[in-house]
Amino acid sequence: MRVLVTGATSLVGAAVVTRLRDRGDAVSVFQRRPSELGVVEHLGDVADRAAVAGAVAGAEAVVHVAGLASVTGRWERFEATNVLGVRNVVEAAKETGAERFVHVSSPSVAHSGRSLVGAPAGPADPERARGHYARSKAQGELFALGANSSSMAVVVIRPHLIWGPGDTQLVARIVDRARAGRLAIIGSGASLIDTIYIDNAADALVAALDRAPGLGGRAFVVTNGQPRPVREVLARIVMAAGLEPPRLKVPYGVARVGGTAVEWIWERRGSEEEPPMTSFLAEQLGTAHWFDQRETRQALEWEPAVTLSEGFERLTDWFAAQRA
Amino acid sequence: MTTGPVSPATHPPPTLVGLDREWSRLVTTAELDTTGRTWHVLDNQVSDPAITLLCVHGNPTWSYLWRDLIAAAPANVRVVAIDHLDMGYSERTGTKRRLSQRIEDLCALTDELGLTGPVVTIGHDWGGPISLGWAQRRQSQTAGIVLMNTAVHQPEGSRAPSLIRAVRTRGVLKNVCETTPMFIRATMALARPRLERRVRGAYEAPYRSSDRRAAIATFVEDIPLTENHPSHSALESVARGLEQLMDVPALLLWGPSDPVFSDLYLKDLSGRLPRAEVHRFIGSGHLLPEDADIAAVIYPWLEQLDQPPDHALPTIDRAPLWAALDERTDDDVDAIIEMGAEGEEASITFQHLDADIRSMAAGLVDLGVSKGDRVALLVLPGIDLAVCIFACWRMGAVVVLADAGLGVRGMGQALASADPAYLIGIPKAIAAARTMGWPGVRISTKELPPSQRRLLGVVATLDELYSRGRERPAPPLPSSLDEAAIGFTSGATGPAKGVVYRHHQLQAQRDAIIELYGISASDSLVAAFGPFALFGPLTGIPSVVPDMEVTSPSTLTAEALAAAVKAVNASLVFASPAALTNIAVTADGITPEQAEAMEGVRILISAGAPVSAPVLQAARALMPNSEPHTPYGMTEVMPVADISLEEIEAAGPGNGVCVGHPTNGVEVMLSALDAVGNAVGPLSDESGVVGEVCIRAPHMRDGYDKLWMTSHAASQPTGWHRSGDVGHFDEAGRLWIEGRIGHVVTTEVGPVTPVGIERCVALLTDVADAGVVGVGPLGVQRVVVVVVPRAGIRRPGLAAEDLADRVRGQVDGIDVAAVLTAPSLPVDKRHNSKIDRTRIARWAERVLAGGRVGRI
Repeated sequence: MRVLVTGATSLVGAAVVTRLRDRGDAVSVFQRRPSELGVVEHLGDVADRAAVAGAVAGAEAVVHVAGLASVTGRWERFEATNVLGVRNVVEAAKETGAERFVHVSSPSVAHSGRSLVGAPAGPADPERARGHYARSKAQGELFALGANSSSMAVVVIRPHLIWGPGDTQLVARIVDRARAGRLAIIGSGASLIDTIYIDNAADALVAALDRAPGLGGRAFVVTNGQPRPVREVLARIVMAAGLEPPRLKVPYGVARVGGTAVEWIWERRGSEEEPPMTSFLAEQLGTAHWFDQRETRQALEWEPAVTLSEGFERLTDWFAAQRA
Repeated sequence: MTTGPVSPATHPPPTLVGLDREWSRLVTTAELDTTGRTWHVLDNQVSDPAITLLCVHGNPTWSYLWRDLIAAAPANVRVVAIDHLDMGYSERTGTKRRLSQRIEDLCALTDELGLTGPVVTIGHDWGGPISLGWAQRRQSQTAGIVLMNTAVHQPEGSRAPSLIRAVRTRGVLKNVCETTPMFIRATMALARPRLERRVRGAYEAPYRSSDRRAAIATFVEDIPLTENHPSHSALESVARGLEQLMDVPALLLWGPSDPVFSDLYLKDLSGRLPRAEVHRFIGSGHLLPEDADIAAVIYPWLEQLDQPPDHALPTIDRAPLWAALDERTDDDVDAIIEMGAEGEEASITFQHLDADIRSMAAGLVDLGVSKGDRVALLVLPGIDLAVCIFACWRMGAVVVLADAGLGVRGMGQALASADPAYLIGIPKAIAAARTMGWPGVRISTKELPPSQRRLLGVVATLDELYSRGRERPAPPLPSSLDEAAIGFTSGATGPAKGVVYRHHQLQAQRDAIIELYGISASDSLVAAFGPFALFGPLTGIPSVVPDMEVTSPSTLTAEALAAAVKAVNASLVFASPAALTNIAVTADGITPEQAEAMEGVRILISAGAPVSAPVLQAARALMPNSEPHTPYGMTEVMPVADISLEEIEAAGPGNGVCVGHPTNGVEVMLSALDAVGNAVGPLSDESGVVGEVCIRAPHMRDGYDKLWMTSHAASQPTGWHRSGDVGHFDEAGRLWIEGRIGHVVTTEVGPVTPVGIERCVALLTDVADAGVVGVGPLGVQRVVVVVVPRAGIRRPGLAAEDLADRVRGQVDGIDVAAVLTAPSLPVDKRHNSKIDRTRIARWAERVLAGGRVGRI
């Protein structure tokens, strides 16, 4: 199968490419910087329509991983990548006659800020989604699903908090904060949150690609199916890096109000720098969100191969190797 | 004779929530000197139905009241719910229609509808007498009657007539019912829980103007309170007519929290329909069809109408409950000894005990107690309690045993539900009964000063009953099929349920325990556990009640137990786990002579809750020649199984608590659980099946009191008792209990039971106790372990990572989402030892969703 993977320099993008490449698919990739994965490379921005069309041309299947994930920044940047970018890739795929399209989205597209407890994957809702990131991803997802047709099956995968060795998003940010002594537990730290180990997320995307013809138009949240209190997740990651678990505590209300203030200031300053807290982040860390995985597992015929404790062991080994 | 506003019948607006437009019909009946009367009815129009439900609303509701019942109807059941003329969306006739007219109206309507097959009438509020009037006129067609919160007669003591009179005061009636919607609003406000705004709106919809509300006032005005009222004879004839309907199956559904139709009306109706099944929805009120899921009771009731009853008759004749006392009637050996702080406090010989019981039985009859009357006993275990119980049994009264472990509120609910005609109590209980308004004519165990006696409304004392009964003839003895006792379940997850036993079932229970522990005339016992205080007189062996607070088992010290053992050279000791734990702690307090007496104990029976091997081992250290045993059972059937300490040790750890083999004569089977934790599997005794424990035994309860649906659901298949416990059989045929069915954690990979995990986690040296609960929706739940660290902590919270690791290390193959810590786990008050997992789950659910940690 000729597959184009976008965003191949991301942790999950690279893992998907490796899997497809190793099993013999004809993989090409599209992203801004070289991936060095030993496959055909197209460099460019998803917002660049012509570059996208050039990369997608001839693909039988597309795995669209590229996206802007951040808790801060101006709306226009999110829109360019997460809305217009999706439109460019989807339209180019349709144009070239691709039959399968796997779109990577986020559970936050259906999250209105309240706790999610054993929740199913609700419909994306740009009106109620919290923050620029979630809203732009919701719009992008709706656009992708709208392109589902009998000639091109569109499947949406929403991994929840991917982590693993080499992760520059979740893991690196948490560890950096912990090193700087700025990692705080919001509220009691007891909210249960789902996460997914990188290998499992990549396996789920490959499964979605393989089963796409039967799953067109559907969206699935994928997780490890092992929710943990948020404090425990943070502690395990920090401990894997050889640091002490966080002791700093911030009440939920303070974090949320403080986060709103920070957002306001950052917005005014036009700062691109990572803010210490946002109201979105406070909600993410202060409320439960874990999901019903029965439908996902049945439809994708996929099970997480790596358990959380195995994942944390691998992360510990990786950090140890980094230090050595 | 038109006197009021007139308007035609209409269909309801299409927007009313829960109402299907397809049900709505207009039907015209003939009426003399008019062009006819047009009705609005809801009718699911099932053709060729097996049965038709004729639903008759009261005042001031309309057929909307029955929408959920119609929606839930099985395919072969037709449901017709009428709007009375001048009510709901039926025609406003401008006439004043009284009870007899309304009955005639209803007959005309069903004729017009062509209801020819079997009909079950369903009446609520003042729809009750109208529906009964119809049933009396169409008796051959009437296949059943269902009544809810209604009346055919004003029973003595009801406050309703004064309420009705207040509303009917000149000027008030029109204002409250007609000019303003106050009466409708007040009725809607009776709903528990509160009605949704749009539902209240739907009830008010046909009564928007005073022109449309005239009949609401007429209905109130038509309630006969005196003999010269125009509807008095009509209601009397409905009440008398119930005699003809006695053989028709009847179901009384009741919301007891009703300011008008209180439990007095339920009592009045069940007196007139003695064969009626009753289901009393505790916590529900007047608007019962809104407050409770009546469809979930009515349809199963309809379905079983032509089936045999849920309970089986006894197959063998056994000796009456008083037989052992009869045999020792001339014996001057002590039968019961009550211990106090200074040693023996009171005692009675077999001879005197039997004589007192006989006098008391006759004395009760002399006071007016009849066979079948219920007598609540709020008396501490000991001589008085034994005399009262056996006296009641000998004259056919039914004892109601609501123990203090239920708490004051629980006792109040239990007594309101059992509704005893008499209440015998210690002065403290009498005072509580007076203050809390508990039912029953009051009899005090002790003499009281005349002023206090008047104040508390005490009509007699036990001493008076003895002397009244001494000269009276012995009353006739009841049969073994008569009801004997009502006990109560602990009610950990709701109000306590009354459990009814007949004489033959208690006889079988006595014989089962005698056989199980090989009890003979040479034995004597210490009853440190309330329910076994009667076991001495039941078996004819001496018994002693140790010095302890019966309501608080953990007050029993080793010294008090040893003193009791020594007093009768006891060979049997009955105690609760909490008592045994305290005995081990206070072991140092006993004297060498007491220690010697303890060597004579041959069996130590710990009952009431599961008990761990270390507790039994510690207790055995004090009674070195005893064999500790734990029977397994519940208020509804006891014993079910039994296990000795030796067998517990041999069984070792496993998934749950090993309760041993079923005892002789008891059948135990399991009904497997499905993915969301419902026990739906066929009965099986194969090892490995995890399911609800189902029991059949001759000493099983008869049913639940005034809880027809609960009894019915707990008796599937017919003749069995569904215990609500979940367990499995091992290869050796031993039963293991894994927890309550409501406490099963329904994960994505199947049901997970708590007890086995709790026991494994409690094996950690720094863990004192553990509770396992689920959080999240059914079928997707996650396992959460709450541990009590041995070192003690002040506030609950998340466990440290290393403790979480060790807890997970104890639990193989099950993903534990979170490990929480707490200073202690809540336990159910009655036994002081069962973990209240429902409460823990509620707390964990909140905390793990990011809510306040607070306390469990």
